[in-house]
Amino acid sequence: MSVTNIISSTPSIENGYCSFELGSFSFHRDEYFAHISWVVNGRGMSHTISADVFLRALMRDVAWGFFYGRVNFDNVFGTTNHYGQVDMFAGSYNGDLKAKNLDLLETFDTPLIMATFKTMLDDWTNESFDPFAAPDETTQGWIGKKSGSNLAAINRERQVCQRQPGLPGDVALRVDEDGYPQNRAFADVSEDEPEVYIEPGFESEVGAFNLFAFLSRSNVTWNPSITSICKESLFCPTTEEYILPIAHGNDRCEWFFQMSDQIDWKVENDETGQPRAKVVMKAGDIAAMPADCRHTGYSPKRSMLLVWENANPELPKLYADGKLPVNPIQF
Amino acid sequence: MSEFKTVFGSLENYEKGHIEIIDDDPKAYAFSNIFEVANQSAPYEKVVVGKNLKYVIETLRAEGDSDWYTCAHDEFVVCMDGEIEVHLVKLNNSASYTPENKEGSVKLESDPEGPKMGRIILRHGHQALLPKGSAYRFSNRKKPGVLIMQTICGDHSVEKWAEICYS
Repeated sequence: MSVTNIISSTPSIENGYCSFELGSFSFHRDEYFAHISWVVNGRGMSHTISADVFLRALMRDVAWGFFYGRVNFDNVFGTTNHYGQVDMFAGSYNGDLKAKNLDLLETFDTPLIMATFKTMLDDWTNESFDPFAAPDETTQGWIGKKSGSNLAAINRERQVCQRQPGLPGDVALRVDEDGYPQNRAFADVSEDEPEVYIEPGFESEVGAFNLFAFLSRSNVTWNPSITSICKESLFCPTTEEYILPIAHGNDRCEWFFQMSDQIDWKVENDETGQPRAKVVMKAGDIAAMPADCRHTGYSPKRSMLLVWENANPELPKLYADGKLPVNPIQF
Repeated sequence: MSEFKTVFGSLENYEKGHIEIIDDDPKAYAFSNIFEVANQSAPYEKVVVGKNLKYVIETLRAEGDSDWYTCAHDEFVVCMDGEIEVHLVKLNNSASYTPENKEGSVKLESDPEGPKMGRIILRHGHQALLPKGSAYRFSNRKKPGVLIMQTICGDHSVEKWAEICYS
């Protein structure tokens, strides 16, 4: 994707930030807020999000490649992944805006929306603000006029193993020297390694590592890695602190296994945003998120969460066509 | 924030969460707790606590020696409590135990034949690969422990959702 496809303004004389356009949507930010504008039925609409909230959501959408299904930045704006194309919407999954026909949804080829989002993320993220970090770990540098950039933070890549971290040729275990110090909130997590006794010739097949130590050295929040793969079954553990910056509306069933501490999940109807339940998960709890919900997590202390996904690419259509039950278990 | 204490669960000490229903059915979430499940399980009973179509997460109470198992695809275990030893043997003729398209763990009727691959001692938070085509057995001579296993629903998977889930 050539950057010439990205429609952006020159930097604002007032605050230094560029504005962007994608399809019928316009984006601009000021010292506190991100503003999204669209026209529907000849009527101009706009939506305002605190810039830090917008940047944290934008960071996940970019880092996850638009993820599985729907990424709601809040109860108005977001994206839906169709794996090759992406819907961008305002109000389409907000019961009130939808009922008044004030919503807009447009579909873009993935490279175009990704390039636009990446450029916007780069331009709107100031030097001292890390949108991947917990609030306690970064600054209020998102406030104010444009002040440098933070490419090192926003260009982190998800760690995706081929089989298991630590095996020959696979993702390396996390160490200080590679930029993975143990997180302050996991300083009490043991880093002892399993005892592994390998007979000659089986070095590539016999392996074990300390998953909890690996997670204790994660340098991001709400950004899963992949640490084991059983065909299309992906174990995607992650460390969570404060609020999941998006409400995730999955296009398939998803499971959460709370490995440490606690996360409270606010679960809503994925089409309208109406509340369904609050799921309080403590260490050792495992629960499904149905395929027709959206959910937002609240983690009062940095916690270890195993997100479990089924990566079968046929699932979105099967669920959308009603050929699979939205609840994974019937009992 | 200054002092942090990371909370893990164990067979002897866990606190289960809960669901506050607004407009829903609690069964939709298939909510359980692995330590509670393991407290009610027979040794090495492969109790399914998560199921995403054919894929499963099983909880195993690790107590004493398990049977020998094999599998035609990779499986993984994470030790959530206790100290558990994993013994690995390269089967001389793995296809005779598990055709390539066979999914899920398969119990061996006798001790495996083949060279030893190695052994692993897992403690809290440790993950091990159970490589496809190998035979494996768990051993725990100390206090009971807990494993979770990433695999595919197989002949020995046990589903008892109504007994284990929040409803």
